[in-house]
Amino acid sequence: MAQRAAQTRRETLIAGMASFAAAAIAPSLALADAAAVEAEIKKLYGDKKAEAGRIKLDVPQIAENGLVVPINVEVESPMTAADHVKSVHVFADGNPLPGIVSYRFTPESGRAAASARMRLAQTQNIICIAEMADGKLFTARSEVKVTIGGCGG
Amino acid sequence: MSNKPTPRVRVPANAKKDEIIEIKTLISHEMESGQRRSADGKTIPRKIINTFTAAFNGKVFFEATWHPSVSANPYQSMFFRASESGEFAFSWKDDDGSVYESKAKLTVA
Repeated sequence: MAQRAAQTRRETLIAGMASFAAAAIAPSLALADAAAVEAEIKKLYGDKKAEAGRIKLDVPQIAENGLVVPINVEVESPMTAADHVKSVHVFADGNPLPGIVSYRFTPESGRAAASARMRLAQTQNIICIAEMADGKLFTARSEVKVTIGGCGG
Repeated sequence: MSNKPTPRVRVPANAKKDEIIEIKTLISHEMESGQRRSADGKTIPRKIINTFTAAFNGKVFFEATWHPSVSANPYQSMFFRASESGEFAFSWKDDDGSVYESKAKLTVA
């Protein structure tokens, strides 16, 4: 009987701990998700399909510090007046807001490449979409594992 | 950061015609995301640099829109195809309306 009571207490304790852990893990901020990113892309390009390829999205696989995560995007293109990259948009699906950066290139850019540093709140996907001068869309994505989140939470 | 944001730009001084040069820029700025709360629970208002532009001889060749998830003291690199001698003008637009500027000369041989 005593043993049984102990088990019950342990179960209660475990249950309590589990709910505490769940509350701690649940983000305190409303975070964007994949759907929010899709909505942003839809706002830009409607239902137009994006192909894979041409984009080299260079982000670390593991970021120790979510406050400063390097990102380098390069899109293959001859960058001539007729054939160049017009814009590149970068999104994240696990930050409070989906947008990270948007770039506009011109043939004078020479290379459609740019690097910056971003904040990531948690482990998430980086989604990149590039628009060419002829209107074609290309997309790429990459996951970044974040050890310490970077949103001041 | 109460100090006035200071831009720093690294551009080669000389280039050959049609050479593609890399430009690196950095500006000191807090990039307050508008997501953080102060100790008394109030949201700290957003204050970021929202637009960066790079122009050569008055023509914009690269523009970046930054969202709150750009890190503090934002770094931005880009490329430029050198065609003629002239001057670069870089500008950073703040949410509060301020514009920070930096210029650099390029000689094309």
